[in-house]
Amino acid sequence: MDVDISRKTYVEDIDRGIYDIRNEFKYSYKVEKGLTEKIVREISEKKNEPEWMTEFRLKSLEIYNKLDVPVWGPNIDELDIENIVTYVKPRTDMKYSWEDVPEDIKETFTRLGIPEAEHKSLAGVGAQYDSEVVYHNLKDYLAMKGVIYTDMETAVREYEDIIKKHFMTVVPPSDHKFAALHGAVWSGGSFVYIPEGVHVDIPLQSYFRLNAPGAGQFEHTLIIVEKGAFLHFIEGCSAPKYSVNNLHAGCVELIVKEGARLRYSTIENWSKNMYNLNTKRAVVEKDGTIEWVSGSFGSKVSMLYPMSILKGERARAEFTGITFAGNGQHLDTGAKVVHTAPYTTSSINTKSISKDGGVAVYRGALVITENAHHSKSTVSCESLMLDNKSRSDTIPVMDIRNDEVDIGHEAKIGRISDEAIFYLMSRGISEEEAKAMIVRGFVEPIAKELPLEYAVEMNNLIKLELEGTIG
Amino acid sequence: MIRSMVMENKFLLIRDLHVKVGDKEILRGLNLDINRGEVHVIMGPNGAGKSTLANVLMGNPKYEITKGEIVYEGKVLNDMKVDERAKLGIFMSFQYPEEIPGITVENFLRSAKMAIEDKPIKVMEFKKVLKEKMKLLEMKEEYAQRYLNEGFSGGEKKKSEILQLLILNPKLAILDETDSGLDVDAVKIVAKGVKEHKSEENSIIIITHHNNLLEYLNPDYVHFLVDGRIVKSGDISLIDIVEKEGFESFKN
Repeated sequence: MDVDISRKTYVEDIDRGIYDIRNEFKYSYKVEKGLTEKIVREISEKKNEPEWMTEFRLKSLEIYNKLDVPVWGPNIDELDIENIVTYVKPRTDMKYSWEDVPEDIKETFTRLGIPEAEHKSLAGVGAQYDSEVVYHNLKDYLAMKGVIYTDMETAVREYEDIIKKHFMTVVPPSDHKFAALHGAVWSGGSFVYIPEGVHVDIPLQSYFRLNAPGAGQFEHTLIIVEKGAFLHFIEGCSAPKYSVNNLHAGCVELIVKEGARLRYSTIENWSKNMYNLNTKRAVVEKDGTIEWVSGSFGSKVSMLYPMSILKGERARAEFTGITFAGNGQHLDTGAKVVHTAPYTTSSINTKSISKDGGVAVYRGALVITENAHHSKSTVSCESLMLDNKSRSDTIPVMDIRNDEVDIGHEAKIGRISDEAIFYLMSRGISEEEAKAMIVRGFVEPIAKELPLEYAVEMNNLIKLELEGTIG
Repeated sequence: MIRSMVMENKFLLIRDLHVKVGDKEILRGLNLDINRGEVHVIMGPNGAGKSTLANVLMGNPKYEITKGEIVYEGKVLNDMKVDERAKLGIFMSFQYPEEIPGITVENFLRSAKMAIEDKPIKVMEFKKVLKEKMKLLEMKEEYAQRYLNEGFSGGEKKKSEILQLLILNPKLAILDETDSGLDVDAVKIVAKGVKEHKSEENSIIIITHHNNLLEYLNPDYVHFLVDGRIVKSGDISLIDIVEKEGFESFKN
């Protein structure tokens, strides 16, 4: 039963063109460009937040102002927060029925296949447009079991105690500059609570769409999976292309309790003017499991390294990632795992493709503390460069403080070999198809982990991206 | 004019073929005629140009023809792309087949068959044929779902090549060292596969060091390839000369 869950969702093939259809930029309210205390207060006020959240935001702003931009990764000099609008409220409140969502916004999500997927194969859907969630719905039978799936703003009001207890405790604002920025201006996102023992049999999906030019999206996702419960959560993101830079600095906090399992699948397909500086982290208790499936295709610059903290004995983390960097893209992605308890296990399996001058870097960290004896970890990263202009790099960092551990690491960087192309062509396959076949084969082990509609989408992307490279 | 008429009737004609790899000339004026339905054996010492001949017939872009012609069914192959040659019915069994991860044997072979025949083939229909051929080659059914050659043993890779031969059914099959590195049982199975393929329509070139495979197949001609040229051609009795004397006496 569990095995099938990740493959159950299905929508029709998605054409890349749909991501680039931009709606006219309409909004009911937006703040000025840049970041000041006034702006942060304005956002909090607009959201009618409790005092503690306003304080939290202001404290985060203080931290933001103190911290430096990280310099160890890709160059983000061109990103100027003074030119980013941090809060854009669409012209609608949150709705519980697609009927009530304004036509142009509804159209956008219809093109992305969201209402159809919800109807066919999802347990619940959240849809965010610019800074606010415009639609949220959960199947009744799950609500009856005590499952909560709502936007963060509603959660702050209705589940204040839980949010106050957990909000930005897994990723504190002091973590890095963009976590602090997130703490100050966060807006939208989803809150999910799965009560003890509840097995959510079909996935929940949140979709984040940024339509406003020169804006930032800072959605916050908090998921708590109680003892022995199970959830598959799917996150999709996209934006149309503008000539000005956009910023995405979301934050995902996942809490996996004893014996629980959470599968978190993401496909981000941001446009190539997007700085995607996203922070995702999971804390896993005894016998719990976190499974990350992550596809990074879009954006100009990405810095994304989902982290798993294995806090209880026998906790497990699995990370499966695919990154595709084309012309003008610098995608710095990877995974971090921190083993802090005995008998914990992790496996990281990533693939990257770079072409047309794209840069794909695997950056990972594995930390095993003194406590974590009998831990096991395997890391495998493979890169494929499709031409001589592209770059690929592997930067794995390991900090191992216990001798009784079992660690495997494998990294491979390669190109499509002329011999392999000759071999396939000798069986009647054209050169273009031979290349596409090799690339598809390269990503196949990852593709089969993706929810089906995303696997189809990835194959289409690879085909489209490759069509451009063959002369 | 007369020459071209002769050429059109012939299945494969190689005339004064000179081939370079990098700066090194490997074939130096090779001539060979092959008719439809014939089995030819090419033997020769290491480095004589046997694999070069196979690769250049298949069109490997690493090999450069500097002089001479390859004429196949009346068409000059010299500048033809590899996949176009395959579509005309030329096939090479590789000495060291590439491993292609992520593509199953079945999907790959169905794609190849569709490319060569230029028409769609139904999945179930293809499965049936594949199963039959795999049985003949004593390959486990699970191999159909394994990634192409990935993690295959030497013997399994050679069987996989012969499986491809049987599925694609080419008019000209070039078997490059298909019998090398195989144990007696595997040679028998590979020979069975090649025999299955052999017909009045299909010609086969067997490149080998050994006579392992030849015991099971009845070649029509045997050629010695030494220093980039065919230095002697004859019937199967030539093999005895090699057994006794080696190729020393044919070297310059």
